[in-house]
Amino acid sequence: MTDLTSLTIAEARAGLANKSFTARELTDAHLAAIEAARVLNAYVLETPDRAREMAKAADEQIGKGEGGPLAGIPLGIKDLFATRDIRTTACSKILGNFVPPYESTVTSQLWRDGAILLGKLNNDEFAMGSSNETSCFGPVVNPWRREGSNTHLVPGGSSGGSASAVAALLCMGATATDTGGSIRQPAAFTATVGVKPTYGRCSRWGIVAFASSLDQAGPIARTVRDSAILMRSMAGHDPKDTTSVDIGVPDYEAAIGKSVKGMKIGFPKEYRLDGMPAEIEKLWSEGAAWLKAAGAELVDVSLPHTKYALPAYYIVAPAEASSNLARYDGVRYGLRVPGRSIGEMYESTRAGGFGDEVRRRVMIGTYVLSAGYYDAYYLRAQKVRTLIKKDFEDCFAKGVNAILTPATPSAAFGVGEKGGADPVEMYLNDIFTVTVNMAGLPGIAVPAGKDAQGLPLGLQLIGRPFDEETLFSLGKVIEQAAGRFTPPRWW
Amino acid sequence: MNAPVTPHKLIKGATGDWEMVIGMEIHAQVVSNSKLFSGASTAFGGEPNSHVSLVDAAMPGMLPVINEECVRQAVRTGLGLNARINLRSVFDRKNYFYPDLPQGYQISQYKSPIVGEGEVIVELEGGRTATVGIERLHLEQDPAKMLHDRSPSMSLVDFNRCGVALMEIVSKPDIRDAEQAKAYVTKLRSILRYLGTCDGDMEKGNLRADVNVSVRRPGGPLGTRCEIKNMNSINFIGQAIEYEARRQIEILEEGGTIDQETRLFDPGKGETRSMRSKEEAHDYRYFPDPDLLPLEFSQAFVDELKTKLPELPDQKKARFIADLALSPYDAGVLVAERESAEFYEAVLARLADRARDGKLAANWVINELFGRLNKEGRDITGSPVSSEQLAAIVDLIGEATISGKIAKDLFEIVWQEGGDPRALVEARGMKQVTDLSAIEKVVDDIVAANPDKVAQAKAKPQMIGWFVGQVMKSSGGKANPQAVNDLLKSKLGL
Repeated sequence: MTDLTSLTIAEARAGLANKSFTARELTDAHLAAIEAARVLNAYVLETPDRAREMAKAADEQIGKGEGGPLAGIPLGIKDLFATRDIRTTACSKILGNFVPPYESTVTSQLWRDGAILLGKLNNDEFAMGSSNETSCFGPVVNPWRREGSNTHLVPGGSSGGSASAVAALLCMGATATDTGGSIRQPAAFTATVGVKPTYGRCSRWGIVAFASSLDQAGPIARTVRDSAILMRSMAGHDPKDTTSVDIGVPDYEAAIGKSVKGMKIGFPKEYRLDGMPAEIEKLWSEGAAWLKAAGAELVDVSLPHTKYALPAYYIVAPAEASSNLARYDGVRYGLRVPGRSIGEMYESTRAGGFGDEVRRRVMIGTYVLSAGYYDAYYLRAQKVRTLIKKDFEDCFAKGVNAILTPATPSAAFGVGEKGGADPVEMYLNDIFTVTVNMAGLPGIAVPAGKDAQGLPLGLQLIGRPFDEETLFSLGKVIEQAAGRFTPPRWW
Repeated sequence: MNAPVTPHKLIKGATGDWEMVIGMEIHAQVVSNSKLFSGASTAFGGEPNSHVSLVDAAMPGMLPVINEECVRQAVRTGLGLNARINLRSVFDRKNYFYPDLPQGYQISQYKSPIVGEGEVIVELEGGRTATVGIERLHLEQDPAKMLHDRSPSMSLVDFNRCGVALMEIVSKPDIRDAEQAKAYVTKLRSILRYLGTCDGDMEKGNLRADVNVSVRRPGGPLGTRCEIKNMNSINFIGQAIEYEARRQIEILEEGGTIDQETRLFDPGKGETRSMRSKEEAHDYRYFPDPDLLPLEFSQAFVDELKTKLPELPDQKKARFIADLALSPYDAGVLVAERESAEFYEAVLARLADRARDGKLAANWVINELFGRLNKEGRDITGSPVSSEQLAAIVDLIGEATISGKIAKDLFEIVWQEGGDPRALVEARGMKQVTDLSAIEKVVDDIVAANPDKVAQAKAKPQMIGWFVGQVMKSSGGKANPQAVNDLLKSKLGL
């Protein structure tokens, strides 16, 4: 028997169905892999007992022929998703040992469909970061290394634990969240597939909020098909989230392998940056060629407001975050640092509980919303946001089905290498991904090649609202042409 | 600004007359079963922290979902205030830190409220009225309740109230004296209670007012205002305004300036004192709540609510005057409280002849019943005399079965002992005697027994009153007074 952890979800589903192995065996294989890979720091909480319980239930259901679409599939869950009776921290000291008495809608749908919880995955504190270095549990290590180097690289962020665990075979797939690129950028850094669905496609209920108007849950998996399988369980209308949209969830998997012939793919010139590595430029052209070879038509498009997206994003997201994080005040749950007055208690609790990056963003957000600055910053950023959205709408109105861009401006970098002196250096990681959040569109990052140092690089496809299916069809074409990439095991 | 034409009170200062300019923000708790953005109960008086949902406690990842009944209540209220209903409004976050605010922000409406401009007509002494403009009405969350006196070292928080819907009703600065201010709150409270959108219970804090007061020379430019927070008694509102206006005038007349600030009223001392200055005011960093879509509904939704709106005090008053010929004063008294009007209408519904006795019934409700209730410090809902019993009493008077005087005795019996008034009259022989021969006998006896008085009466016809009294006394009050009068006149040859 091959190592069960290296199977895809689709393969494991078949194996479980024809009784080649049990959910318990599949789960145990993953639990052993997790134990052996602690150096990656991908999991902040392992839940073997819960996993085996769920595996037992899954085996029983499969035995009775009643297994759900994900019966027996072991998954990792980003620590931003509330999991009932299981510690949920958003990787922040301020939540301490918070154990929610509720389950997020997205994860409850995964359990409904028979998936198994292996544990909680590391992320940047409150999902604020692009390298998974701001977690209070310490940085996550990317299973990929530069050829001939032992330097620890970051897996990207904020869903670094999810990406790293999926790439290192520590789970078959993982939940993640994406506010400015937090699914797609780590997917690109780890040669995994990351899907940021249309805003409103997945419920936000029970997910620790970062920036409400931008946050969206999605899967990270090893293949396009696996990501489509996970999406079907994660998506859906939720009356508890009024921003979730009440439209049916299609069978995303059916889009895999569907012809892309005649599709118009936009190639936006504004995504060609000065100083962008030649390898990325080359990869981008290659991606275009693959889609063309599959029968798609490449058209040059313009998204003129792209350059304003990052600055506008770094106003809107911190503004919402500064308000969303006000509830962490030491009064009702989580960390409390006592003080002589209520004011002192607030100050000490929040100073002690939040890390540097979170504090920086809370301060930026508070500033841009304050009297006298609101119009100049927040209101203007919202106007820019409208323009960015319109750029895409104009593009789609011309018959463009999807837009092809690089996923990131670089490959993975070393732990501690970026953003130490200038946080903007880190923020620039999101340059290709934030526009998608600002416009509320779906995006997928698909592994497409490697750079000269052997590090994975990804391409991004941006779709029309609620047209994730086209992204899966196109993503599959790239996957087929580029092949799959697995990091050599060194841990 | 619409300057009201109604004459109002000016304050005489040392340097001349001053005029008050008053605007009010009324916080009215919405009547609904569950909270504005969560399914938790709004019931009052539960064990502390027993009506708290995950949303109310602002647990991580929780999201608000609008309670449509609260939206309907706000629209009904807007319609009751003759106000513009905004088919699209926006919820904003008002950010500040305090333990009574678990989210760290209050969900409110800032730039786009659900209800726009409207107006309220308020009744003043002597039948005068004044019109007070409504600037807006918006929906927001009530904060939790802080308990500072349960522990020597800590404050406790009860989240039961947290997240209950409030309507903030903002008036235009159209109010010009304390009387108008009190009348405005009274009228607004009455409208809300008629609509059933707020119970108006000021003692429980379900209706509270922030009062903005400034003074100026009559008709002159506006002065700097001070806001008196959290008033929960109509009388205190009057006292606070009087005090505050005089305080400001004193400062101005001594050459000082008014600091814009928030003040609190101390009912014990009858004074307002500074709570925080403008400099200490919060920067609330309002912005649209990204967890909630803009609130949108159709005109048809509004129209549907409009057709089901109950009759409001102004309409009811007009109807009482037109249909029952009540005086504006009496009609005003009857409609002032929803329960009083309902009681009166219940009496009307049971009367044998509404056209004949409607006005009589109004007199009985106002003078006998309200008078008696006031004397005993009870309200209409605790009346020992039911509308059915009162209607029967009025019927008995109207059909001349009993006299008004006997009716008062009957009322007293019903008040004390209860029972069916008609049966009581029968059983206790209280029926008015209209049998002329019976009355004539009594009249004859009295005339015969008092020859001196008869002589006096011939000279002085007013003396007939003495004879009427004697006959009534002798008949136990049951003789028909008109018949007695007629008989006496003929017997005495007047």
